[in-house]
Amino acid sequence: MILGYAGKFLEVDLSTKNFRDVKFEDEVLMDYIGGRGLATKILWDRLGMKWETVDPLGPENLLLLLTGPLTGFFPGGRICVSGKSPQSNGVVGSTVAGEFGVELKCAGYDGIIVTGEAEKPVYLFIKDSDFEIKDATHIWGLDAKQTVAALTRECRDLLKTRYPQKGEWKEPSILYIGPAGENKVRTAVVAAKWAHAAGYGGYGAVMGAKRLKAIAVKGTGPLPEVADLEKVKALMQKVCNNAYESELWRRWGTGSAGYSVGAKSSSEPVRNWQEEWHDEKSFGVDQFENRVWIKQYWGDFGCPTTCLKVAVVKSGRFKGAITDNPDYELQAYVGTNLGLFTPEENVYLASIVDDLGLCGIQTGNVLGFAAELFQRGILTKEDLDGIDLKWGDAEAFAALTRKIAYRKGVGDILAEGTYRAAVKIGEMKGVDVMRYAVQVKGIGVGAHGIRSRKDYPEIYSYACSVQGGDHTSIACMPLGDSRSEHIRIFDDSGVICFFNVFGLPRGLVFDFYKAVTGVELTKDEWVNTKAMKAIQLQRAMLLLGGPDFKWNPEIHDDNPPRFYEPLPSGPYKGKTVEKSSVEEEKRKYYRLVGWDERGIPKSETLKKLGLEDVDEALEKLR
Amino acid sequence: MTEKHEPIWIARDLSRCSGCRKCEIACSLFHENRIWPEASRIRVFMLTPGVEFPHFCAQCEDYPCVDACPTNALSVSKETGAVLVDANTCIGCGKCIEACPGKIPHMHPKENRILICDLCGGDPQCVKVCQEGLWNVLRIVPREDYAYKLYARAPEEIARDLVVKIYGEEGKRLL
Repeated sequence: MILGYAGKFLEVDLSTKNFRDVKFEDEVLMDYIGGRGLATKILWDRLGMKWETVDPLGPENLLLLLTGPLTGFFPGGRICVSGKSPQSNGVVGSTVAGEFGVELKCAGYDGIIVTGEAEKPVYLFIKDSDFEIKDATHIWGLDAKQTVAALTRECRDLLKTRYPQKGEWKEPSILYIGPAGENKVRTAVVAAKWAHAAGYGGYGAVMGAKRLKAIAVKGTGPLPEVADLEKVKALMQKVCNNAYESELWRRWGTGSAGYSVGAKSSSEPVRNWQEEWHDEKSFGVDQFENRVWIKQYWGDFGCPTTCLKVAVVKSGRFKGAITDNPDYELQAYVGTNLGLFTPEENVYLASIVDDLGLCGIQTGNVLGFAAELFQRGILTKEDLDGIDLKWGDAEAFAALTRKIAYRKGVGDILAEGTYRAAVKIGEMKGVDVMRYAVQVKGIGVGAHGIRSRKDYPEIYSYACSVQGGDHTSIACMPLGDSRSEHIRIFDDSGVICFFNVFGLPRGLVFDFYKAVTGVELTKDEWVNTKAMKAIQLQRAMLLLGGPDFKWNPEIHDDNPPRFYEPLPSGPYKGKTVEKSSVEEEKRKYYRLVGWDERGIPKSETLKKLGLEDVDEALEKLR
Repeated sequence: MTEKHEPIWIARDLSRCSGCRKCEIACSLFHENRIWPEASRIRVFMLTPGVEFPHFCAQCEDYPCVDACPTNALSVSKETGAVLVDANTCIGCGKCIEACPGKIPHMHPKENRILICDLCGGDPQCVKVCQEGLWNVLRIVPREDYAYKLYARAPEEIARDLVVKIYGEEGKRLL
């Protein structure tokens, strides 16, 4: 028997209110591991044959919350959220930090499969093998901080009343949505704590469509048995020691990048990527540290890095704004991308995004897109319901963010995310605005540009990724490169935190996997067979797409048009990406992953991996 | 040869807690040989995010829990000053929880016995990992004639104080 798993998954049908246990054969778990890998398998098996007709925001879609065998053991707890993405119409494995995965495994479950949709708002309460669907009418509409406070109180009271002998009950772990998810905003997140978000994919909207406000879980058992506890302990220590040695990484997390990725790498989005360079020292990490950080180290289960910080604006116009200190992505997307260059403005806007349950990256992307249309006179103040959407005006962006979360006025269009909003605005205005949309296959590109060549993604990385613009899952050659999605899908399947692997040889995660599960796995085997299988499934579902949009790889396996414009400023001024080079690299990549000239997975590739049914389903695309 | 210990106390600087819960992992591995947060003698509460803190025995100078035990299952270690639980005598009645000003003892999740910090016999594992991570929330100090009982407080009380210390006035609406 394969170890490290609790041994069963909880399936709940919100339409019929039925629960059941689901088990997977060891062979399936050995092939797909958990998290993102297993999500592709579950989604393909259940929805693959009708994929194109499944509405991501309809009852047929699945919401998957999956741990992996390494969850709880590998330092830094995470869980993977998945389903059919309302952004890409494919599958995204979106992980979020916190104790939820640990509590779930301690309750005896490796994951939760949510189907159907509830008639009225509900939340799911799980205490070991007791579970129930509870009314959530009273918490529907609450923002992130209100939701966490109300549910923490309510669930602790519930535990105390039902199990009075136990002593003080520690709070359960909660995953929830904010108002944006409730309103099926496609840039909504599934959140934990505050500012902990499964952002890419838009699964907050899926949860909202199911009228599922939250899931609270308390598990009182131990984590599952492992194959070699002493080895697991030694590897845990190794991961921690490595992290402890990197004091600056621990101290700043990705937060030093808000300045340096702009100033040094010149690959940071500035005013909707019109530039990728800035030298605003007001946005230096020291300014954040000295002015708004109130907690230097904030972490999740077992984490030695604790790259998160807590930030509060202490004075001035935005006094009282509380959030996690914006990491690099949020510094960029609700900072520089909108022309905001002070910690206070950045924390203020990040706190609004977090409170509303929005993804900072995707929302910052669509806000920047709207602001550029305003700059160019394509969207007027009237179109924006009276908002003067000037670069650098934090309050204007905050006002528009609220409209997005509640789908009010123009917010209803922008709530569809950058790609869909571009299609709609293009139709309304009769202008091609897609050239200002910095997204790939419905997913706003993460804050790492490719024009300067000084950042980590390659010129074909976003174009060929099975998760579109997601900067945490990029196409790379060779496939065993530590940046490649063939490697990173292990982290999302394990389910572990990539940041705690930094600086360690990649083989360590496979040693860890063996120590926990007892199953031997080499990096080559992973990349060429198991990762390959899950990536092909993701590619297949991404290309099948629907129901509203489908991607044609000949058109959509491409960079946003902006990336073909020369950089207008900075040390790499004039640098750009040649389309012919991208085409060339794409061909190489296609060959490497076994896709035909048009980017469709070849029959022989799929058959070799035992994916005959995928091959049949893709026949119509060939 | 047995090692002789001076009574110790774990000094605590709660607002520094990162919430990493390594103390829970270390404690449960040491005592249960499993990673088992609910069986840890030290538990990190998070009644609101950003206000995580470890909750564990303060070794009150008058040990009300020991007095309250109807079966004499609890005793005080002469070597360390820790409260020791005799698992065979403990009947899981919860009288020690009621007697504790901080409601700190809690039941073992699977067995009918109470869990109280035993200071790992003088070498607390939680302190080791906390120090190693440089969080320094926990530190070993010699046990002296202080009012340790002040530190035995219920999670809600501690959270109410910390939330204001950390977030200021705004913090009050977060609990």
